[in-house]
Amino acid sequence: MAAGVRNNSVGEMTGNSDGFAIRTERVSRQYAMGESLVHAVDDVSIAVQAGEFVALLGSSGSGKSTLLNLLAGLDRPSSGAIYAHDHNLAEMNSQELAHHRSHTVGMVFQAFNLLPRMTLEENVELPLRLAEVDRAERPARVREAVERVSLAARLTHRPSELSGGEQQRAALARALVNRPTILLADEPTGNLDSVTGDAIMHLLQEINRNLRMTIVMVTHDKVRAARYAHRIITMRDGKLETEGASDEIA
Amino acid sequence: MKLRDLTELAARNLREAGLRNSLTTLGIAVGVASLVAMLSLGVGLQELASTRLSRSGLFDAVFVTTQANMRAFGGPPRPAAERATAQPARKLDDDARQRLAGIKNVVEVYPEVRFPTEVQFDGKPYMTTVAGIPASARGDGAFDEMKGSFFSGPEADEAILQIEFARDLSKQSDSLIGKELVLRYAEKEPLPADDALATRAAAAPGKDAAKDSAANDAPASGGFALVPREMKLRIIGVVETEPATGFGGFGRGRLLIPLQIAQNLRIAQPTDMREMLRGNTGKPSYESLTVRVSSPQAVQAVEDAIKGMGFGTFSILDATKNLRLFFTVFDLLLGIFGSLALTVASLGIINTLVMAILERRREIGILKALGAADRDVRRLFFAEAGAMGLLGGMLGVAIGWLIGRALTFGTNVYLQRQELPPIDLSSIPWWMVVGAIAFSFFVSLAAGMYPASRAARLNPVEALRYE
Repeated sequence: MAAGVRNNSVGEMTGNSDGFAIRTERVSRQYAMGESLVHAVDDVSIAVQAGEFVALLGSSGSGKSTLLNLLAGLDRPSSGAIYAHDHNLAEMNSQELAHHRSHTVGMVFQAFNLLPRMTLEENVELPLRLAEVDRAERPARVREAVERVSLAARLTHRPSELSGGEQQRAALARALVNRPTILLADEPTGNLDSVTGDAIMHLLQEINRNLRMTIVMVTHDKVRAARYAHRIITMRDGKLETEGASDEIA
Repeated sequence: MKLRDLTELAARNLREAGLRNSLTTLGIAVGVASLVAMLSLGVGLQELASTRLSRSGLFDAVFVTTQANMRAFGGPPRPAAERATAQPARKLDDDARQRLAGIKNVVEVYPEVRFPTEVQFDGKPYMTTVAGIPASARGDGAFDEMKGSFFSGPEADEAILQIEFARDLSKQSDSLIGKELVLRYAEKEPLPADDALATRAAAAPGKDAAKDSAANDAPASGGFALVPREMKLRIIGVVETEPATGFGGFGRGRLLIPLQIAQNLRIAQPTDMREMLRGNTGKPSYESLTVRVSSPQAVQAVEDAIKGMGFGTFSILDATKNLRLFFTVFDLLLGIFGSLALTVASLGIINTLVMAILERRREIGILKALGAADRDVRRLFFAEAGAMGLLGGMLGVAIGWLIGRALTFGTNVYLQRQELPPIDLSSIPWWMVVGAIAFSFFVSLAAGMYPASRAARLNPVEALRYE
């Protein structure tokens, strides 16, 4: 078992998480569906080292996206704790969670989720507005982000004028523009062909290496996970199934 | 999110769904316009009535009589005991007139001078009623539409004709201006005590109208002679509406001359006989006096002061109070009807924003994923509702103004056909402009409250799943 992963165990980890970018302690998320209770995430404890690239693998409905949403602060756990830089997300109010989403994590989605009415530049600038970054500083931050994903020439284009790969790169630029420490990617290649998907994965790897940014990526693509991630965690029915270095799991 | 960013995002959202938001804004504008149009009509009519009435010479006048006279105005007779203990009535003479003129806010004090007499014009005699017009009547509404001009001075030998009398004199009444007529009247001339009969016998018709100072200064005999006189007057104007010169001026004055001139004529009045029999032939006294006050608001204070001097008073102040009450209720009703339209418009805002939440569900999810707090989302929807309210309010005031102008135009076309002077039917004071825009803004914010809080509470995970 790789360091930092505790499968369904009562973690020895406490609030002190030296070296960990984010970790969960026996976190669960349940939904009421009619009269039955669905355990989307069930007693999961994981820890991700700062600068690590982790892939969350699992079939549809395994709970990997729910876990990612919990890490992003988009959802609240039914029980357990989630620590991001020693701050427990489970104890945060909605304002603090918004701050976490704005400053600590950046998110990339399978469906890109760019705002169709905005240009690429405006889409990338949007997190800066929400984070109340000084207006004078914004153009440079936007340019830095779009140059990193090689889209500087498409600033004035709307999402509908960009290819799928370009849209995902634009989404990446938007996720990076606030300089978060953790990048959360939910099936980032799910809507792309294999060549474009590889290019995006290559970009993620580059970001991980060059910026030392922690990446947690949800995917169902074992091959890509093995090729690009340092570590793979697999989930099944809301529980952790396996975990280990990517070459071991693959 | 900072206010500037919030405003920019709200403006962008409003622009993007341009047609829907424009229609909603137009709905608000129509609501505000109906409110403004109704209120402007109410205020316009109120101003019209107030101006016309206040300039009629009725609302800024106090009618003063001796106490005894006022009781005689249809009131029950005084009990015998009261009559026995009552102080003798104060005399309304020139001293009293001067003291009345000295009261604060009193513009002018004048008696009613009106008498029937003969006028000669173009060699033909005409019977008419002459009325003395005080200088303060210059601002009366009756003279607004007059042809010609008002008296050049308080003692000018000039006359203004009432239109019906002018038509008697000439079919083309306008052509009378500048022409002369001759006023023929009987002047009252006091007789010396020891030579009354002789003086009366010596008096001859056709004597010049200049005053005989020797006769004036002679000790009163208790009698007077009536001396026929003539006076040339230049016609300077023709007036359509007969001016009311206070409560004493309701009578039909068809030939109007300056009050000072009318007084100087020393026309024999019906009360002269009574005064002569009572032996009051020294200083002249008046049956009544009209006190002109600077504004209707000062009437009550002046009336109280006059009562304190021992005279009887009457004003139409109570009628103005009722008028104000009527217009307040009238405005309230118009406002309620106008507000109904705005309520419908508010439902339009709620509908638009609720639809926007459904349409922009995913967008709200994205905003939250990127770091927007519930508060940011709420404020964004609030800003959009407020902007629609503000724009709708401004547009509504403009449309309401146009409706008022159109109504005024239509009314004036009709009045012109009826040969009546034009009026300003609607009035939009500045407080109505500010009030209507503020009202529209706050009603829109209230309408946006529910959609905004619903948007803020949206679960981001569910919102991101929404297609």
